[in-house]
Amino acid sequence: MTPNAPRPHRNYLNAAYTFRSWLLTRDHKRIAILYLFGVTGFFVIGGIAATIVRLELMTPAGDLVQSETYNKLFTIHGVTMVFFFLIPAIPTVLGNFLIPLMLGARDLAFPRINLFSWYLFMVGGTFTLWATLAGGVDTGWTFYTPYSSTYSNTYVMATAVGIFITGFSSILTGLNFIVTTHTMRAPGLTWFRLPLFVWSHYAVSLIMVLGTPVVAIAILLVGLERLFGIGIFDPSMGGDPLLFQHLFWFYSHPAVYIMVLPAFGVISELIACFSQRRPFGYAFIGFSSFAIAVLGFLVWGHHMFVSGQSVYAGMVFSMLSFLVAIPSSIKVFNWTATLHKASISYHTPMLYALGFIGLFTIGGLTGLFLATLAVDVHVHDTYFVVAHFHYIMVGGTVMAYLGGIHFWWPKMTGRMYPEGWARFSAILVFVGFNLTFFPQFVLGYLGMPRRYHVYPAEFQVLNVMSSAGASILAVGYFFPLTYLIWSLCYGPKAPPNPFGHTGLEWQTPSPPPTENFSETPVVSEEAYNFPPEDTEQNLEQEETPVGTV
Amino acid sequence: MADGPSEFRWMPEQASSFARETDALYLFLIGVSSFFTIAIAAAIVYFAIKYRRGSAADRSHPPTHLFYLELTWILVPFALTLVMFVWGAKAYFEQAWPPKGGIEISCVARQWMWKFQHPEGNAEIDDLHVPLGENVRMTLISEDVIHSFYVPEFRVKHDVLPGRYVTVWFRPTKAGQYHLFCAEYCGAKHSAMGGVVHVLEPSQYQLWLSGGGETNVSPQVAGQQLFEQLRCGTCHEGGGSGVNRGPPLENLFGSTVRLQNGTTVVADESYLRESIMRPAAKIVAGYQPIMPSFEGQIGEEGLLQLIAHLKSRAAPDRNAPPTGPSQPASPPLEKGQQP
Repeated sequence: MTPNAPRPHRNYLNAAYTFRSWLLTRDHKRIAILYLFGVTGFFVIGGIAATIVRLELMTPAGDLVQSETYNKLFTIHGVTMVFFFLIPAIPTVLGNFLIPLMLGARDLAFPRINLFSWYLFMVGGTFTLWATLAGGVDTGWTFYTPYSSTYSNTYVMATAVGIFITGFSSILTGLNFIVTTHTMRAPGLTWFRLPLFVWSHYAVSLIMVLGTPVVAIAILLVGLERLFGIGIFDPSMGGDPLLFQHLFWFYSHPAVYIMVLPAFGVISELIACFSQRRPFGYAFIGFSSFAIAVLGFLVWGHHMFVSGQSVYAGMVFSMLSFLVAIPSSIKVFNWTATLHKASISYHTPMLYALGFIGLFTIGGLTGLFLATLAVDVHVHDTYFVVAHFHYIMVGGTVMAYLGGIHFWWPKMTGRMYPEGWARFSAILVFVGFNLTFFPQFVLGYLGMPRRYHVYPAEFQVLNVMSSAGASILAVGYFFPLTYLIWSLCYGPKAPPNPFGHTGLEWQTPSPPPTENFSETPVVSEEAYNFPPEDTEQNLEQEETPVGTV
Repeated sequence: MADGPSEFRWMPEQASSFARETDALYLFLIGVSSFFTIAIAAAIVYFAIKYRRGSAADRSHPPTHLFYLELTWILVPFALTLVMFVWGAKAYFEQAWPPKGGIEISCVARQWMWKFQHPEGNAEIDDLHVPLGENVRMTLISEDVIHSFYVPEFRVKHDVLPGRYVTVWFRPTKAGQYHLFCAEYCGAKHSAMGGVVHVLEPSQYQLWLSGGGETNVSPQVAGQQLFEQLRCGTCHEGGGSGVNRGPPLENLFGSTVRLQNGTTVVADESYLRESIMRPAAKIVAGYQPIMPSFEGQIGEEGLLQLIAHLKSRAAPDRNAPPTGPSQPASPPLEKGQQP
C-alpha cells in the first residue's frame, strides 16, 4: 500500500465518454453515479419546498403562501425526501458502488436489473414531479384515507403511481444485494469477515423485498377506491379508514429502518477507519441490524395510539416499540466503545460520524417518549414527532450519507475533496440542524400540531429559532454541492487508500477499473484488521492530529 | 388565551386531571434521556481527546468485545424501558375508560368545524364550555375525513373517525380558556379547524347553560321528535301485546342483547348507530331482518339525537354505559339479507 504516484490508468470513468455508454451501462459504479444525480436532484427539490415551509412559519399568520399551497409544499417535501431521497440514497449510491467492491466481485449479480431499477426510479420520480408541476398533491406523504381516497381534489393518483413504480426499483435493488452477497463473495470472505456495511445492506434488502409490496398494495387499493368507487377505506362506502393506516405503516415504519440501517453501515465503516480499530462487538453490531429488521415489522401500530385502534393492541405495540430501541442502543454503545484505546483522526467523514452518534442518540431516545402510551397521546401529530423523525432521518441518514459521500469520494472520483471547507460545512450542518429541530421538541410538547401553516402567536419565538437554524443548515448543504463539483477538476489526485482503511474497495486504484480488480482478491484475514498503532508507515497521513470535535 | 405571547413556557398549563401524570412521566423520560445523552457525549469527548492520533495514551490490548459489558448495556436499558412501558400503559388505561356519571357532550366534526351538543340543548360551534371539576364524557364522530380532538392543556387527544363513535373523557382542574386543535391533517383549512375550550366555575357553567350557545330543545326531545317523524314506533312499539315486528326499545340501552346467531352484544352507542344505519348487520334473536336502512336519511347529529332519546328510555343507572375503550365496531356477525 504505497501512495501511488498518480498515473493515468484505465478506469470506469474514462472507459468511454458517450451518453450511450452511461445510459446503457451495466457497470454498478456508473449506475451508482446515475443514482447520485437522481437523488441529488430530488434532494434539491425537497429542500426548496422545505425552505418555503420554514419561511412561511416565521410568522403566525398565513402570509407568504396560502393554505392550499402550504399543504402541497409539505407534501412535496415529504414525498420527495422520503421516497426519492432518504429510502434510496445510501443503498443506491453508496451500496451500488461499494457492495461489489467490498465483496471482491466484478459487479452485482444482475447488472441489467440494476440498470432497469434506475430507470424505474427515474420514471417514478418523473411521474411524481409531473404531478407536482401539474397542480400538486395535498395529502401529506402519509396519504391518509378517506381524505386521499375520496376528498382530495389534487393529483393523488399521479403521485401514488410514481411511488408505486419507484417501489419496484427498491425491490429489485434489494433482491440484487441479497443475491450478490450470497453468491459473489471473494474466496475466503466468510460471512463473519464481511464489512458491517454489507451486513446492514443485507438486512435492509430483506426489508425492501418484504415490505415494499405491502405499500404497493395499499396504493393500489386507494386507486381502486378513488377511480372506481370500490369501498375499501371510506366508511360511507362500507370501508374502514384504519385499514389504510395499518397497511401504510406496515411498510412505512420498516421504511424508517430502510433509511437508517444503511446509515448504520456507513457509520460503522467511518468509526472503524478513523479510529483504526476493529468495531467493538462486531457480531453484536451485525446481528443488531437483523434484530432491527425483524422487530421493525412488528411496531407499526405505534403510529396509531390515538387513532381508535384497540387499547390492548396499543399496549402490545408500545411494548414491541421499546424492544426495537434495544438493538439501536447496542450500536450506539458499541461505536462509542470503539473509540476506547483508538487512534482517532478528524477528517470530515469522522466529524459527520461523531455528529451522527449525537443526533441519532437524541432521535432514538425521543422515540421512547413516543412509544410511551400516555406521553404519545399528548405529543402525537405535534412538532415533537416532527423533531423526532428529523433527528433520525436527517440527523441520522443525511449525516451518514454526507459522511459516506466524503469518505468514498476519492474512490468514486479519483479526487480528494477540500478538507478545510468540508470540515467547516460539517460543523455548520451540525449546528444548523440542532438549531432547526431542537426547538421543535419544545414546540411539540407545548401543543403545536404539525401541518399547521397558521398558528397561535405564542409559538412564534420557537418557530423563528427553527427557521433561523434551517437557513444555517441550507448553507451547510450548499457548500458540499459546490466544493465537491469543484474537486472534480481541481481536487488533488486520490491515492488508492487515502484514509488507511482495510476492506477490499481500498485495494484497487481510485477510481477503480471497470472490472474492479485486475485479479480476484483472496481474503485471508478478519475484517478491520488494522495494523497496530505506531506503524505509521501504513498511514499516508500528511495530517497532524486535530484535537477539535 | 391562557398564556400570553410574552411569557415563555416549556410546558402547557396543567388543566385536567391527566396533565400532572403525563408531565411527571415526561420529566422522567427527560431525566433518563439526558443521562444517556450526556454519558455518551462525555465518553466520546473524553476518548476523542485522549486517543487522538499521535497522543501518548496507553493503547495496549484494546478489547474487541466484552460479553458482560454488552449484556449490561442490553439489560439496563431494557429494564428502564419496562418502567416507561408500565407507567405509560397505566396512564393510558385511565384515559381509555370513562368513569361512570358526569356530563355527556356529543361532538360532530366536519371540514372544518367542531359542533358540540350539550344534553341541556345548548349547541355550539368551535367553542366548548365545560364545568370545572366534573367528569366530561364526549362521544365524537366525523362526517367526512379523520379529524383529531386535541386540547394540549388537558393532555388529551383522540382521532375522530367517520362512521364510528369514539369516546374521550377528561376532568378539568383549572378554570380558563384553552386551545382546541384538530391534530389530524384534514385538508385545506386544517390549521383553522380549532377553537377554544372554556373551563368555567360550576355556577358560571349553569349560568352559561341558561343562555349560552344556540339553545334548542334537548337532544332527547329532538330525538323523540325524529323518532316519531320516522315512524320508528310502527314496528318497535306494539303496546307489549307481542305483535312487535321489531325488538322493543325500552331499557335497551346498556343491556345485553342476544343475537340470532347465538352471540350477545352490549347495546352501546355504536351498536345503536349500526342498527339504524345497517340493520342487517346484527339481527336480534327472534326477529326477521326486515328493517330498512336509514343510511343517508339521518345525519350524524340526528343519529346522536335518536340515541339520546333511546338512552332516556333506559334506566338511569345505565346511562353511563359499560363502554370499554372505543373499540372498533366488530365485523357483522350475521350476513342478513337486506329487505
